[in-house]
Amino acid sequence: MGLVTASNLTKTYRVGDIDVPAIKGVNFAIAASSFVAFVGPSGSGKSTLLNLIGCLDHPTSGTLKVLDTDIATLDRRAAARFRGENIGFIFQDFNLIPVLTVFENVEYPLRMVQLDGNKWPAEKRRARVLRLLDAVGMTDQADKRPDQISGGQKQRVAVARALVSQPKLVLADEPTANLDHDTAYRILELMKKMRDDFGTTFVFSTHDPKIMGEAETTFTLEDGRLQNGGSHV
Amino acid sequence: MFDVLAIASRNLLRYRRRTLLTLLLIVIGMLAVLLFIAVAGSFKSMMVGQITDSVLGHLQVHRKGYVASIDNLPLNLNMKPQMVAKVEEALKQNPAVETWSPRVKFGGMFSNFAETTSIRVNGIDPAREAATTPLLPGRMVDGEKAGALVGRGQIVIPLLLARGMKTGVGDTVVVVATNRDGSVNGKTFVIRGILEGVTGPGGRDGYVHIDDARELLRMTEAEVSEIAVRLKDFSRLERTNGQIKQALEGLTNKEGKPALEVHSWADLSPFANLARMIDLMTLFIKIMLVSIVLVAVMNVMIMAVFERIREIGTIAAIGTPPSRILSLFLAEGLMLGLAGTVTGMLLSLAAIFGINVWKPTFNFGQQQNLVMAPTIAAGDVLTIAALVVVVAVIASLQPAWKASRMDPISALRHV
Ligand SMILES: Nc1ncnc2c1ncn2[C@@H]1O[C@H](COP(=O)(O)OP(=O)(O)OP(=O)(O)O)[C@@H](O)[C@H]1O
Ligand SMILES: [Mg+2]
Repeated sequence: MGLVTASNLTKTYRVGDIDVPAIKGVNFAIAASSFVAFVGPSGSGKSTLLNLIGCLDHPTSGTLKVLDTDIATLDRRAAARFRGENIGFIFQDFNLIPVLTVFENVEYPLRMVQLDGNKWPAEKRRARVLRLLDAVGMTDQADKRPDQISGGQKQRVAVARALVSQPKLVLADEPTANLDHDTAYRILELMKKMRDDFGTTFVFSTHDPKIMGEAETTFTLEDGRLQNGGSHV
Repeated sequence: MFDVLAIASRNLLRYRRRTLLTLLLIVIGMLAVLLFIAVAGSFKSMMVGQITDSVLGHLQVHRKGYVASIDNLPLNLNMKPQMVAKVEEALKQNPAVETWSPRVKFGGMFSNFAETTSIRVNGIDPAREAATTPLLPGRMVDGEKAGALVGRGQIVIPLLLARGMKTGVGDTVVVVATNRDGSVNGKTFVIRGILEGVTGPGGRDGYVHIDDARELLRMTEAEVSEIAVRLKDFSRLERTNGQIKQALEGLTNKEGKPALEVHSWADLSPFANLARMIDLMTLFIKIMLVSIVLVAVMNVMIMAVFERIREIGTIAAIGTPPSRILSLFLAEGLMLGLAGTVTGMLLSLAAIFGINVWKPTFNFGQQQNLVMAPTIAAGDVLTIAALVVVVAVIASLQPAWKASRMDPISALRHV
């Protein structure tokens, strides 16, 4: 039993009167604390699959269980709550909140998402944010605004934000597509280190062959179908 | 450190110029409304005060049908002494009534022994009349302002009549009147004073002592044409009017119909229509304020949501509850409204204060150099302020709702 299990999972978009099948019946399992990549050409369904795992979308058929929860059963509010509690997100365009400082961006999920205020009292919250900033090497930039730091630094902050509320799973759709190769590589290294330090499961997608090599488990998607059962390196 | 309000305020500051323009609109709207209410409101209450306190009184009681034919001052529609006693009893019972003044009204001919003209005369009890219409002595432009309004054998005449007849204080004149039986009688009077006219009914009447009036009209009983009533609290006019009406309803004539009628000043003076117009304009200008705030804030908030679709997608994806996204945008509208309200309120109060220091004057009808002294009730200011804030929040409701319902995937994909 994995952290994420999909059986016969399909997703079909409906555009006007036409059905566009994006995921065509896939089966896979992702083990806890693994470092997993979904790879494949453009349009193969990587983003669609990651959105499903991230409870941002509902499957058309089949089942997808994330942390033993059948995500088809979650309504909007429950899905938001589930994501806030269990899943961290890293985006291709970093997506930091521009009016907040680096520190506040990392703090955001603890203040605005986790509604249980007792869980993160001010002192504990501050310590947690500082620890994450230290882990991603951004402590000295804590008071800067996102527009005052580089793309690579932004993604480091995004990694810290994704991890701050101790999620079981972090999803990253093309996290390095907007970074140069060296920086991309370092972000991957950082993610892997975070996995080692915190035991968080990382699932990312990429179509960059050099980055794929960093994954410990690689699922190859081709036209909405998995090409292998998950090849382990 | 941040929370919903802090994030909202930073987002407002992010587009400083746009925020300032919206604030400017709200401030101008507030200024217009509060100044209008203050200036028009004080104009209205001043004019109403002039009318009630120098001629009409707050309420008047007549025999049924008198007001309908008031232009003729009919002598056959006077109240008999028993009826007057009952009215006075009812007025005495009502704690809201301050005082009242019985009047005998009639039309007659006024002669200076060379020329003759018509005149409308009020026979009054000078002390009671002065208590009921306290501004009346102040209208005396010639003759002693102090002392009894008129004594026996004296008459106070309106300024236009005095000018037209070229008579002045101290002159002897004759007033001739026809009584209800059709017989004519005359009586000489000495002019005691000249009254400045006021706009509205009764504004150009003369005054004699009530006993002289009865003598001239050869009344066998102490009849009364009208009773003018002054209340302790003008703001309770409507209620007291109703109470007095109810108390007098029981007095019926031979046919069993009510024998008396009660009118408030507004029923008797055409200025009441002007006052109603002012109220209506106040309402319109309030509606305009609401529309301005609604459109200005809604416009800004729709733009704010549109510009921040990806940001909304991000915070929604990482699990921000929809209710919190809603409150983020509502907070922005709220703060916009609050900032505009506070600024608008302070500027308006400063402007009203400025007018009071400057003391501009205006003319209305025959009255000249009335000093404009706008005041505004704290309740009015707070109501308008609350209205603006509430409207600002309502205006952000739709955009905020839209933001909170956004699908994270399409929002994130938005370019
Ligand atoms: N909202 C949508 N409506 C209709 N079709 C969609 C939608 N989103 C994705 N698709 C289609 O689903 C298929 C898979 O798209 P998806 O975005 O998952 O691919 P991807 O592997 O992420 O591609 P890329 O590497 O370019 O990001 C494509 O054919 C795409 O056109
Ligand atoms: Mg994609």
